Amino acid sequence: MRKIRWGWVAVAAVPTVFIGYFFAYPVARILILGLSEIGEGFSGVEARLFRVGWFTLWQAALSTLLTIVVAAPMTWAVSTYEFKGRRLAMALVTVPFVLPTVVVGTAFLSLGVSESVAAILAAHVFFNVAVVVRTVSALWSRIDPSLQEAARVLGASEWRVFREVTFPLLRPAIAAASSIVFLFTFTSFGVVLILGGFRHATLEVEIYRQAVTLFDLPLAAALAVVQLLGVSVALWAYARYQERRSVTWTLDRATRQPLPAGRRRWVVAGVVTLTIGLLMVPLATLVTRTLSPDLYLRLLQTDPVVGSPAEAMRNSLLFAAVAMAIALVVGITAATVITSKRGRLSTWFDMVLMLPLGTSAVTVGFGFIVALDWPIDLRATLWLIPIAHALVAVPFVVRSTVPTLRAIPPELREAAATLGAKPSRVWRHIDLPIVSRAAGVGAGFAFVISLGEFGATSFIARPTTPTMPTMIFRFLARPGQTSFGMAMTMAVLLAAVTTLVVMWMDRAQAGDLGRF
Amino acid sequence: MLRVESMDVYLSGSAILTGIDFELPKGEVAAILGPSGCGKSTLLRTIAGLVAPSSGDVLWDGGSVLDVPTHQRQFGLMFQGYALFPHMTVAENVGFGLKMGGHESIDAQVADALTSVGLSGFERRQIETLSGGERQRVALARTLAPRPRLVMLDEPLGALDRNLRAELLAETSRLLAGDQTTAIVVTHDRDEAVAMSDWLAVMRSGRIVQTGTVDEILEDPADNWVHDFIS
Repeated sequence: MRKIRWGWVAVAAVPTVFIGYFFAYPVARILILGLSEIGEGFSGVEARLFRVGWFTLWQAALSTLLTIVVAAPMTWAVSTYEFKGRRLAMALVTVPFVLPTVVVGTAFLSLGVSESVAAILAAHVFFNVAVVVRTVSALWSRIDPSLQEAARVLGASEWRVFREVTFPLLRPAIAAASSIVFLFTFTSFGVVLILGGFRHATLEVEIYRQAVTLFDLPLAAALAVVQLLGVSVALWAYARYQERRSVTWTLDRATRQPLPAGRRRWVVAGVVTLTIGLLMVPLATLVTRTLSPDLYLRLLQTDPVVGSPAEAMRNSLLFAAVAMAIALVVGITAATVITSKRGRLSTWFDMVLMLPLGTSAVTVGFGFIVALDWPIDLRATLWLIPIAHALVAVPFVVRSTVPTLRAIPPELREAAATLGAKPSRVWRHIDLPIVSRAAGVGAGFAFVISLGEFGATSFIARPTTPTMPTMIFRFLARPGQTSFGMAMTMAVLLAAVTTLVVMWMDRAQAGDLGRF
Repeated sequence: MLRVESMDVYLSGSAILTGIDFELPKGEVAAILGPSGCGKSTLLRTIAGLVAPSSGDVLWDGGSVLDVPTHQRQFGLMFQGYALFPHMTVAENVGFGLKMGGHESIDAQVADALTSVGLSGFERRQIETLSGGERQRVALARTLAPRPRLVMLDEPLGALDRNLRAELLAETSRLLAGDQTTAIVVTHDRDEAVAMSDWLAVMRSGRIVQTGTVDEILEDPADNWVHDFIS
């Protein structure tokens, strides 16, 4: 008979209980509440709901399409050619993607745009260009150049080569990028709330309005069910394309041609400068409009209505630290289970732990309000904020640690066992120290996610314990140039901290890669 | 005394070892000789408890150790690729077994172990800065430091170049001979086997086809294959 290893059971219990109680159970409560509301039929709000649903769908589709169109020239340039500053260009393109949504919203408001669909679409493109450029160029730069050369020799013009050879090969990557962008824009909350108000509400914003402003929890739950359905369809499409993705014709390493002289050089330079220039306009405007020491000094004062920005900063940093710690513990134990080669259990864990990634932050926050009154009422505790943030961050910690754990040669663990280490000590002395290095990147992700998290926080943060994003939102909601100045200044600070952490992660990752 | 009794090992449905049966008295060094892929490594891994036999028994001093988990068997195993811990220093690697055993004055014992393999002063070095020969010596020191009841070396010189092999062969056999160690050395190289032990077990396709001293085997090989492989 096999002995039960209690230490292992304890390791598996941590992520199971965490995801089970803080994710699966709240989602189940939302489903029950929402489905019974749908069963009873919406009372007289069908027209608005239909409008909201339709708007969510078409703005997401249009945002996705626009993002691909805007990203296409840049993707071509960085995939095909090796040139000075290419890495910098890639880094700059990625900056908007890591910024918190409230910062993106504030940056667009700083341009002087008014609440409109156009502003939402522009912000979505701004935010997601990096997804398309990075996902598609990862594949494009690895296409075996002899395929394209063969087509040229057979008489195809450069354009025909793209249409007949390159584009068909890229289709899986384009589909994957589109699914991700669609998912992000379909569940977009902060940007839509700030740039669209309630007039241009998506499902996310409407869930927030019904639940927080109008206290109609059943209706909000019904909307969340519709939302979950949409997310599931997008995820399913994404998974299908992942499966079909064939890699037999790609190379191990990226192959880029040197930039030829003449007209082509100017086209590439123009494409790169224009794309990056456009992306930098909102950020540059935001920063220039806050270039006054007075604004930053005012952050030290307490606003009689909104509260103290300094305190919000302190709260945010504290929550981020706690969320990071929780996400690390849950993420590393989960990664241990996933890589433990326990057959179905490992595969199942791998899938379940990715779910919070696909679910919207608003659903997470809303779920906490609906469900966490049982078995004891947790809804008043401050712990919920870092827990919600950790929930969103766990998939990132898992993703950054699983490859390292898988890469540990089994002989290391076996050698430790022959030297007298029992299983728990093998984990403590071999797995844990090795994975800790990779976990640094996951920890950085968790920290950044927590700092900028707005969707879930807006449900559970009390006015007395504001975070940076919720306070920025409250400054934005109040009319007047002074409030707007405060919002912009806080947004710049938040953006600066985020960018610094991401830059550190980028270096840590590059330095550690392939060490073991 | 180590005793392996009519042991079979099946891995994912195919027979890796069949009817393995031999005895190794205390203080003796045995060499298991056979071409690559004949199941030598699996035999060591089974004795160490890393692989469970499908039938048969492994006994130490007359008692079965099959129910003793690897970490309590006190059987040392030096892995073919050395399996040095990349995140630890040389001293931490060599001291690992002592630490697990709850020993005291680990530092002094580590220093002794390193001196015995000619690497004194290497304590603080990182594994990635070591040459192939240095890694072999660290792995050997790590295996011997906790004084295991049984030492098993899996192709101890396999990954080294020719000149280094000669040098380390002498050193390794000196270390094994000096301490009255009970040891099994696995190798595909006849000269290595002969240099490290006077008792051989010749393996082929998961079976031990002949045992005895080199002279005995040479005098009366079990079949043509053994004859060709040995001479």
